[in-house]
Amino acid sequence: MFNVVKAELRKLRRPTLFFGTIGSALFFTGLITSFIYLMIDSPQGNGDRGRSIGRDVLGLASGSVNGFSSVGGFLGIIALCVFAAQTAQEYTYGTLRNLLVRQPGRMKILIGKLISMKLFALVMIAISAIVSIAISYILAPGAKVSTDLWFTSEGLHAIFTTFINVTISVVAFGIVGMVLGLLLRSPISAISFGVLWLLIVENLLIAVKNSWQSFLPGAQLTAIASGGTIDLTYKHALAVGGIYVAVGAIIASVLFVRRDVAN
Amino acid sequence: MQNTAISVSDLSKKYDDRLAVSHINFEVPQGIVCGFVGPNGSGKTTTMRMLLGLITPTTGQGHILGEPIEHPEKYLSRVGAMIEGPAFYPALSGYENLMVLAKLGGFPIERVQQLLEKVGLGERGKSKFKTYSLGMKQRLGIAAALLPNPKLLMLDEPTNGLDPEGIQEVRALLRDLANDGTTVFVSSHLLSELEIISDYIVMLRKGEIVFAGPIGELMAQQQPTIIAKSLNHSDLARIVEISEKAGHHAVIRNDSVHILAEMDWAPVLNKAAFDAGITLAQLAPQLPNLEETFFEMTGDK
Repeated sequence: MFNVVKAELRKLRRPTLFFGTIGSALFFTGLITSFIYLMIDSPQGNGDRGRSIGRDVLGLASGSVNGFSSVGGFLGIIALCVFAAQTAQEYTYGTLRNLLVRQPGRMKILIGKLISMKLFALVMIAISAIVSIAISYILAPGAKVSTDLWFTSEGLHAIFTTFINVTISVVAFGIVGMVLGLLLRSPISAISFGVLWLLIVENLLIAVKNSWQSFLPGAQLTAIASGGTIDLTYKHALAVGGIYVAVGAIIASVLFVRRDVAN
Repeated sequence: MQNTAISVSDLSKKYDDRLAVSHINFEVPQGIVCGFVGPNGSGKTTTMRMLLGLITPTTGQGHILGEPIEHPEKYLSRVGAMIEGPAFYPALSGYENLMVLAKLGGFPIERVQQLLEKVGLGERGKSKFKTYSLGMKQRLGIAAALLPNPKLLMLDEPTNGLDPEGIQEVRALLRDLANDGTTVFVSSHLLSELEIISDYIVMLRKGEIVFAGPIGELMAQQQPTIIAKSLNHSDLARIVEISEKAGHHAVIRNDSVHILAEMDWAPVLNKAAFDAGITLAQLAPQLPNLEETFFEMTGDK
């Protein structure tokens, strides 16, 4: 298993993939965090779906990670793309047969891949958290937001909790990407399907009927990153999202272990 | 089974209604070069994939280095393979691609550079795989197959895309490996290549075994041929007629007649042709080569 992780990390650390992914994460982190502070007085709102996040909320102990938790969904989509591409490319390049000849334990390959991609995601999340908090701290005085409570013990606890929630959410998005990669066996198909569903289909469905978001997978995983929302409690999101991820992972694992490698 | 590198019994693979490999049986002794021949779609790659645990057989059993193919984890650490061409990550260099496999298999990383040197990629190891020519990709595939210092090497068309010099190098490499005790199981459409290096042949046609055994035994089964050429192309049909009358099967191929007969019948043919007013330009014996034998046995030409 350890050998699989080392081999996978070798692939993940290539500069175009690593810096490309981190660059995308930083772009969304910077954009969304800055938006919250720079648009604080905007009548169109400064939060998700036109919601307003006021000075009182940002001034709380959890204020430092408001931007970071808002960017969680985007980090999740980035993770979905990376996990899906890294999994499906083994089929399109035909490299899966090399991997299986060197490591015939298929579950070991799958779990090793997942661990290495989790480590990769963890680096991305950590950098995003640091940058988001730094931007928030820099922009807060200009937006007349108090930072007095941000680094108290309660504030540090909020940072830690949000980091855990975002990590759970991003890894779950990544597992969904991995499942799509295994099922569709093509990076383009897996990424297109995943991104279209999360960014377009789910939003359209929620626009048609708001209560549907209680059962849509992307909405659950995004809510986990935020520690729950007005419409979705954290526990509900964790339970329903967990069921989606578990069922998908079981189906994909069984298929991966049993399916002939004929390409 | 102890001296057998590969042993299969009643092995089949069915895809929907199509039987890709049909109840095949053969054994390959250890420490030899075994050519695996058959037309495209005859089931060679499917057989190799079953032997490597990549696909599950529909029926039958197989053993690799004494271990059942249902448990590839028991033998794959001693097997090197390149199936259906070299497959690597285009954005990684040749060196990095081998490092991925070396780390995965837990092989010493020093072997990576040694093998790149061995297959002639020492200076291009740091270049990205996507910039490699087909021949270089093949060389990298062979290097990857050699990573575990294998007891059994399975190569599918390893000389594809190689220049004549490269083909000669691969031929020498495979022979050296067999001399050192490695069993080499190699498929190729270049039958002349296999004829030079192989000790043993497994011949497949439409998923069925046509022949499996020592190459000498295969050739001994074949009748010698007399090649006759005349000054006038129009005389070839008459030479066929003379041969057939004497009870020898004959066919025209290109500008000569191929007659299935022992060489001691050649003077008789020479005299008969002279009496018929035919001037022979060439009359020579020819032992069948692997290619002719293959076509004869598979009935493909």
